[in-house]
Amino acid sequence: MKVTKTTLLASAVAAIAGGAMAEEMTIVSWGGAYSKSQLKAYHEPYSEKTGVTILNDDSSPEGVAKLRAMNEAGNVTWDVVDLEAADNIRACDEGLIIEIDPDVHLAPAPDGTPASEDFGDQLVSPCYIPTIVYSTTFGYRTDMVPEGVEPPTGACDVFDLEKYPGKRALNKRPIANMEWALLCDGVAYEDVYDTLETEEGVERALAKLDTIKDQTIWWSAAAEPVQLLADGEIFMGSTYNGRLFSMIVEQNQPVGMAWDWQMFDLDGWAIPAGLSPEREARALDYIRFSSDTQRLADQAKYISYGPARKSSAPLVDKHADLGIDMAPHMPTDPRNAKNTFVNNYEWWADYRDDLDARFQAWLSQ
Amino acid sequence: MAALTPISRKPLSMVLPTVAAAGGFLGMFVGAGQGSALLGILIGAALMAALAWVYITVLDNERVARWITILGMGVIGFLFAGFTGLIVGLLAGWFFAFFIFWLYEGRYRQRLLPYLTGQQVFGHYLFRVICGAIFVFLITPILVVLPLSFNAQDFFTFTPEMLRLDPEGYSLKHYRDFFTNNEWQRSFKNSLIIAPIATIISVSLGTLAAIGLSQSHVPGRRAIMGILISPMIVPLIISATGMFFFYSDIGRFMEGTLGMDKNFVGYIKVVLAHAVLGIPFVIITVTATLVGFDRSLTRAAANMGAGPVRTFFKIQMPLILPGVISGGLFAFITSFDEVVVVLFVGSASQKTLPWQMFTGLREQISPTILAVATILVVISIALLTTVELLRRRSERLRGLSPA
Amino acid sequence: MTDASQNAGPMLAADGTPLKQSLARSLRRQKLRALLLIAPLLLFVLFSFIIPIASMLFRSVENGIVEKTLPLTVVALENWDEKSGELPDEAVYDAFVNDMIVAVAEKKHTRLGSRLNYEEPGISSLFRKSGRKIRKWDPEADAPFKEKLIDADKGWGDVENWRVIKTHSRNVTPGYFLAAVDLRLTPDGVAAQPEDKQILVKLFGRTLFMSLIITGSCILLAYPVSYLLANLPMRVSNMLMILVLLPFWTSLLVRTSAWKVMLQQQGVINETLVWLGLVADDARLVIINNQIGTIVAMTHILLPFMILPMYSVMQTIPPSYTRAAKSMGATNWTTFWRIYFPQSIPGIGAGSILVFILAIGYYITPEIVGGTKGVFISNRIAYHISSSLNWGLAAALGTILLAVVMLLYWCYDKIVGIDNVKLG
Repeated sequence: MKVTKTTLLASAVAAIAGGAMAEEMTIVSWGGAYSKSQLKAYHEPYSEKTGVTILNDDSSPEGVAKLRAMNEAGNVTWDVVDLEAADNIRACDEGLIIEIDPDVHLAPAPDGTPASEDFGDQLVSPCYIPTIVYSTTFGYRTDMVPEGVEPPTGACDVFDLEKYPGKRALNKRPIANMEWALLCDGVAYEDVYDTLETEEGVERALAKLDTIKDQTIWWSAAAEPVQLLADGEIFMGSTYNGRLFSMIVEQNQPVGMAWDWQMFDLDGWAIPAGLSPEREARALDYIRFSSDTQRLADQAKYISYGPARKSSAPLVDKHADLGIDMAPHMPTDPRNAKNTFVNNYEWWADYRDDLDARFQAWLSQ
Repeated sequence: MAALTPISRKPLSMVLPTVAAAGGFLGMFVGAGQGSALLGILIGAALMAALAWVYITVLDNERVARWITILGMGVIGFLFAGFTGLIVGLLAGWFFAFFIFWLYEGRYRQRLLPYLTGQQVFGHYLFRVICGAIFVFLITPILVVLPLSFNAQDFFTFTPEMLRLDPEGYSLKHYRDFFTNNEWQRSFKNSLIIAPIATIISVSLGTLAAIGLSQSHVPGRRAIMGILISPMIVPLIISATGMFFFYSDIGRFMEGTLGMDKNFVGYIKVVLAHAVLGIPFVIITVTATLVGFDRSLTRAAANMGAGPVRTFFKIQMPLILPGVISGGLFAFITSFDEVVVVLFVGSASQKTLPWQMFTGLREQISPTILAVATILVVISIALLTTVELLRRRSERLRGLSPA
Repeated sequence: MTDASQNAGPMLAADGTPLKQSLARSLRRQKLRALLLIAPLLLFVLFSFIIPIASMLFRSVENGIVEKTLPLTVVALENWDEKSGELPDEAVYDAFVNDMIVAVAEKKHTRLGSRLNYEEPGISSLFRKSGRKIRKWDPEADAPFKEKLIDADKGWGDVENWRVIKTHSRNVTPGYFLAAVDLRLTPDGVAAQPEDKQILVKLFGRTLFMSLIITGSCILLAYPVSYLLANLPMRVSNMLMILVLLPFWTSLLVRTSAWKVMLQQQGVINETLVWLGLVADDARLVIINNQIGTIVAMTHILLPFMILPMYSVMQTIPPSYTRAAKSMGATNWTTFWRIYFPQSIPGIGAGSILVFILAIGYYITPEIVGGTKGVFISNRIAYHISSSLNWGLAAALGTILLAVVMLLYWCYDKIVGIDNVKLG
């Protein structure tokens, strides 16, 4: 009886508190299947719990630009932003998003492990609460593999025009492409970033990319290579593994995965600087809710991205609609992760300005 | 041009070569598809010339000949290239049946002036064919892409099932998605709120200004015109960023000082931004209408004791209404199709349809945007018909005959 | 004198005032009324468009960031002779570290690094890396800093970096405009960008060239169609007009994706050509992700903007002129070239200017169908605004683009007159 009373009281307080706070919050993300997985795993349960209406804004691709504009104009309309690690580091460095102490603001793992330990290395920036580990990897048309040739297995096959003729699709930015170019040109894994720091290293990477430049379609939105693969317009292309998963498993397209040298990256939450205290408190509350062990594991039911918390991994279950086991489709699955590399966020934060300019100039030549 | 030219049957020496040429043209494509374009030309030319000869000299019954040709060529097409061939064959058959008798009976001269030379007649039809080709260029991309909105898959690709016209390959799921998905519905609703209000603002202010500009002796007319038209000539991305900062200040003022609701202010910002973008179109169209406006009408009204307001609404407005409406439609479509500025100025609660389409196109190439486009095309046709009816009405009012 | 003029008597209006005065007054009133009608819109556009755009374009010369972030350093550097080839003295290093400690706490130093990196590649990483170290320093206890800073990153022992900071410490900079035309402001004056970075002038040239081609093909395609529309009976031409307006009113995004579906190698055009046997299966036409893709798609998208003004001009050309010419024995060609064509020129002018201006500023369509070779300067502006965050350069590029458009607008106004633009 007493328990019920307390619960009632607590929920009443929560309801009042919820009501006192504004009822809407804007959460910025990437759109598509990814936003849908967040809707199912985070937004819907959170709205149900607190009564807050969540508005989706699929502006993450211009996340930093808009954060900066909002910051300068003093008109921050976003409450929570989903950013990839490199963007997050940049925004954090510029003071566009606030620092979040994981042990204060995040829920510990069910066994009591503090959040900072549970996330471990994934906390790459003081402003960052990663939710997923994804990878940029390659998909290829199974029906376009030349006869009598082994299907491609990884990134280096992109550079082999003789064995695998046909168009390719690559991201229109240096991250990942430069590393792949060097790795496939024979640079040892440990030396990649040191090499890229030198002028010769950059030249070497660009020279390698030059060999396939006129066979390559450069994409700027992740859905493009998927569409190009569906059309048979390209033989192979790089994109996020979740997109390929949905293409292969949910849409039954004749496409295979070439996992070797997939690049791991993180995606997760940030809170813009300059929110009013109530909004900031609500945003923190949302992040606390949506980054707990169960929520992160739930998201993997809808899209094949790995949870960023160690404690979530054992909870990863079957696909919500198809009922298939999700584990073999995760980028972190041992069969897929023979050769991988991790985006060196810090390095990219330092050298991004330089290499971006170089790469864009190279592209337009 | 009334059909006054008497027509007469033409000699075979003119009909047969022309039909043969057309047949050769068709034969070239079929031949190329089967391996030899030259053979195709020869066979096509011979076949069609023979057909024309038989129809004219032996059969001489147009209706029977038409059905024979359509069905016959349909069957041939089907044998060559299956279902698609059948359709192409039926169309070609219909064309040749029409073409042979059109030439033979001399109907092609029916609507032309009687004194034109053969060369001029040929030129006339060549010109029509060229124009037809340009219209095809204009409309094909839209006609091609709309069927993809019924795609059973989530891609912008004609699947083999679709090409076989297999019902399996088609579905209404993208339409269902549009009507049931919250994001689409919200953005559609937002567009329906923002576009009309922006249009009303740009039309009312724009029409007033255009009337002012059309008066004689306006000082600095060119400069003013330049300023008013500038939203059209500044690259959109620059406008978008510039306006973002400005409207943020405005927004802060309205929220902070006037204590207005955040969402409401958001709508105001987008509406004002879109109104500015629509203004050049209103100014241009209304000014153009006013160039032809007979000023003595307003003087006559004033003479008969009407005040300026009354003169405006009773005399001027009805006459320049077509210009105002078409300016308004341009302004409406500007807002309804605008994505760059709203991406910056708006926030998520003001997400408009083009914004949603933009993310739909970028992040998940989903045929839902084609379903939306199809719905909008249908609405556009309805709107265009309305405009056409309005125009006819206004012409009746002005006492002009519609022809 | 006064009497004489009084006696000669100026003409009087009905109310007894001199007619001249009365006319002048009425003219004034008319002017005032016209201005009053224009005023609301003019103010609206001025405030909500011209001022914001102007302030955006002002960013192309604005450069307060160096002085704001490193105020002490900028002052200290004034006493340093950058041509001496010697490193600045201890005072500069001291000022710099003090500035940086504040900047790092406020997280401003990375933005300054990015800013200076536009001028001297490599400075961004220098600022970021040393920022991480300086964060832990104490301005009092850890002084002096010269050795320490050079130890922390040898970049600070490079005279060149200090010269860059000094060169760009002015509050107003021509740097962005120079960058926009492939030059750069170095400590030794204006110099060309390194060879592999000279892309913007080329891009401007390409933008103008392709916009011209698009305008040209629009003229070629629009002329016959407008002629036909203008000379057909109204009912028929209005029906055909729907074919022109329908694409015009279909979302730009949809039309662009339609062209993608049409032009791809596995797209509708190639498939049809292959099916007809006109093109071999392994030699499909490459008509997307290059300049052809951009030209075809943009011609289609902008064609209505050419047809509508041409049509409205051609509608007003009386057919009696051409008939008269023909009756006097002119050939078809002469009639067209000497009589009809000159009268249709205002339509061509109006359409061309509209199409050209719109073409020059488009960026979504080239982005989607243009690949790397078929993009415009606007794509570059968009890239600098939303991706590289170099807003100063974006504003400089935008200003130049705007100046080009204004010049065209001015020429157009001189030649044709802006009133002659008519949209349907």
